[in-house]
Amino acid sequence: MKQKDGIIRLEDVQKSFSDKKVLNGVDLCVHKGETLVILGRSGCGKSVTLKILLGLLRADSGIVIIDGQDISRMSEKNLFEVRRMFGMLFQGSALFDSLTVGENVAYALTEFSHKSRGEIAEIVRQNLLFVEMGGSENLMPSELSGGMKKRVALARAMAYQPRIMLYDEPTTGLDPITATTINALIRKTQKQHNVTSIVVTHELDSGFSVADRVAVMDNGKILEIGTIQEIKASKNEFVQTFIAGPK
Amino acid sequence: MSHLLATNKYHGMAVKKFFNIFLNFLTIVHGMAEMFGRSLVYSFFKPFYLRDTLDQMYRIGVKSLSIVLMTSTFTGLVLALQFGHEMAVYGAKMYTGSVLGVAIVRELGPVIISLVVAGRVGAGITAELGSMTVTEQIDAMRALGTNPYKKLAARRFIALTIMLPLLVAIGDLCSMIGGWVVSVSTLGISTDFYWTLAIRYLEFSDIFAGLLKPLIFGMMISTIACYLGFNVKGGTKGVGEATTQAVVLSSILIFVLDFLITKVTLGAI
Repeated sequence: MKQKDGIIRLEDVQKSFSDKKVLNGVDLCVHKGETLVILGRSGCGKSVTLKILLGLLRADSGIVIIDGQDISRMSEKNLFEVRRMFGMLFQGSALFDSLTVGENVAYALTEFSHKSRGEIAEIVRQNLLFVEMGGSENLMPSELSGGMKKRVALARAMAYQPRIMLYDEPTTGLDPITATTINALIRKTQKQHNVTSIVVTHELDSGFSVADRVAVMDNGKILEIGTIQEIKASKNEFVQTFIAGPK
Repeated sequence: MSHLLATNKYHGMAVKKFFNIFLNFLTIVHGMAEMFGRSLVYSFFKPFYLRDTLDQMYRIGVKSLSIVLMTSTFTGLVLALQFGHEMAVYGAKMYTGSVLGVAIVRELGPVIISLVVAGRVGAGITAELGSMTVTEQIDAMRALGTNPYKKLAARRFIALTIMLPLLVAIGDLCSMIGGWVVSVSTLGISTDFYWTLAIRYLEFSDIFAGLLKPLIFGMMISTIACYLGFNVKGGTKGVGEATTQAVVLSSILIFVLDFLITKVTLGAI
């Protein structure tokens, strides 16, 4: 597949905060329907890359193409339209703590769709069932555990049927059993809804269990990109150290 | 030679530090001007989020009523005692109502009630929006396709701009009632005399200035509180610092704007 075929394409993207360069020429291409996992140490620029894809942060230079549209110089008004293509699972779940679980999941539907209350309630029920949180509509986010919050956040992100899902450290801070459940949900989401997914994580097992392809990032650059086998066979010293651990 | 170089280096660092402070100041002023512009413009464009606006009006206006009633009533009681006591020296005790009316409606009511609201509501808005910022809820809102300036900032802007003048009007009335209680019970002024003088000496310009001030203060408190809330950095510690800054900055600007509005309205009317 050619580089130009990607539904998401980053070309030489750079981003600095004050004097600190966080992204140092990121090139990336994600194909329709695949799950790309970006692996890297904490602070290497993974989350910033996701926020640039979503238009939450602006790149200092470079090109960001989403489904054929260059969003790097797009107005905020037009960006709101583009963002409706996306669903994002934030690292800390980012549930609206003044709303119930049901209201959180219904948020985008209530804001933008012309569906009736009954239809929205049914979609909320289906999405909560999908993430195995059926019947939790009336709970408040403060009553949920970390894993439950992640599942509700996934249901919220999926409710508007996005074409692209972004996952920011989906299993960080979760126990192994809950982490496995979340990973299974990421695979299930990709298979059942055929969404293109980008997962950023520093957890190898978690990343390898959901990936179609893997990109390894360090110091604001993509060092290596390929299938799990290709990454495991990489000659790059950092990639080997990251996968095998320091000797 | 080395002494000269060290002096030059010191001066260079001082200039750089001053330049950075000036740059930060300009950034904040620009950010607040942008927040004011967005809040104002988005107030007139769809979606109007009527439920959110009414909710904010309830939280800002109705829930501030008790503290406004208390502070303004006691302000009226104390002022009547002070004025009555001092004016009795010159044999002008019976004019307490007229002095009280002008002082409260034109000056003290708007300033005191706006300070109370800046403390209660401004701090609350910054803390709420700041917490949403550090827990990525604002980012989540943007990711879900909602404009947070429209949904959060503009609703608070409208609510404060409408509710603060109403609170001030109610507070002024309570202060006058407090003044009347002291005038009748302690100063020996009759009810008729107190209210007749209080109303007779109030001019249209006093009422106009007295309602214009909270209108402008409301916009200012909302702009500062929302700007600081949206720009919180540094986790929960940052939320605390931003909340304090919101109250301090709003309080100072209430006095500065009060002076400017008084100067303009006294000159114009």
